[in-house]
Amino acid sequence: MQSVDSAAEQAEFDRKIAEEQKIEPTDWMPDDYRKNLIRQMSQHAHSEVIGMQPEGNWITRAPTLRRKAVLLAKVQDEAGHGLYLYSATETLGISRSELIDALQTGKAKYASIFNYPTLSWADVGAIGWLVDGAAIVNQISLQRTSYGPYSRAMIRICKEESFHQRQGYEIMYALAKGTPEQKQMAQDAMNRFWWPSLMMFGPHDSESAHSGRSMKWKIKRQSNDDLRQKFIDQTVPQIEVLGLEMPDPEIKWNEERGHYDSGEINWEEFYQVINGSGPCNHQRIKHHKAAHDNGEWVREAVRAYRAKQNQKAAESAA
Amino acid sequence: MSQEHLAVYEVFVRSARGLDHKHVGSLHAESPEHALMYARDCYIRRSEGVSIWVVESKNITASQEEDTENFVDPMDDKPYRHATHYVLPDSVNNM
Ligand SMILES: [Fe+2]
Ligand SMILES: [Fe+2]
Repeated sequence: MQSVDSAAEQAEFDRKIAEEQKIEPTDWMPDDYRKNLIRQMSQHAHSEVIGMQPEGNWITRAPTLRRKAVLLAKVQDEAGHGLYLYSATETLGISRSELIDALQTGKAKYASIFNYPTLSWADVGAIGWLVDGAAIVNQISLQRTSYGPYSRAMIRICKEESFHQRQGYEIMYALAKGTPEQKQMAQDAMNRFWWPSLMMFGPHDSESAHSGRSMKWKIKRQSNDDLRQKFIDQTVPQIEVLGLEMPDPEIKWNEERGHYDSGEINWEEFYQVINGSGPCNHQRIKHHKAAHDNGEWVREAVRAYRAKQNQKAAESAA
Repeated sequence: MSQEHLAVYEVFVRSARGLDHKHVGSLHAESPEHALMYARDCYIRRSEGVSIWVVESKNITASQEEDTENFVDPMDDKPYRHATHYVLPDSVNNM
């Protein structure tokens, strides 16, 4: 049975949600709301960080100095996005080390698309265009999420995302208008990243384990299928401009719906990859652990510096 | 006791849920709790805010505006970090 207090708190929380008010860190919130946010926000943060690996793979092999500088700047932005999101998640009362631990032990997930390899330079273009493009559709919607710190992080991130998709498309455009071999590279990269990009929006609404409650709490503002449709509708004309073949033969304008129809996603592949059997799952976590362990000396130096400063302050106070 | 011996507090007000706290001014107070009350009395008398932060001014570490040039590099030599740098065909330029 609920106590009178918690019933009143719940009612107050429900009122704020109903009135489109944001929930702020010091407000009372239901345990499940907090848990749900920690799950979604940390998954988002991990995706920003793990997502640096497939692109980082091409920094040293970018075809020109300009492309290299652009890619470096983009990957650097993603590290920053990870930081904004980890900090926002920490306002819910969980520590950074708990979050990192959950990632490294597989308790927390990240976007399954980053478990695919980047086989050619064209993949860097396809990722910027399609993967960042899909992420932007999702993130624009999340600017209106009910949790204040998450919403503010999304607004900041969306501003910085603006160039990510455009640089990707620019790479694709250059290749698609280049030699037949280059055009084939672009086609191949798009074909491989198309389906995993659609999977980024998650299972169908009817199958999604967390969707109902997340929508009720206004953590999510639009359903997986609605966001996915939005992405397809905006991307098909971009494929036409590139002059590439559609990655899905079933893509067709549906006059009646006012949307593009498209083929069914291979959900078996989706669940396999998300549950650890994708081409690069093992490598991604292994690399994350190695990078984290290699950084231990930095964290140690920071702690030593803090201890020394504290000691100095204590001595001068004495 | 003269005002000068009281600590200075900076006051930040959140005007509506979902927005950042914004600096609105400062005041003198004998404790953080009192600073909060004075801020309430002084700065949000016309429903200007839903939440107040007070921070003792001496606890704020600030950059110096005169140093901005050396301290903050806007990296104007890297125009490719902005969306406008990329020239795309008109029909997809809303990306
Ligand atoms: Fe990002
Ligand atoms: Fe991005």
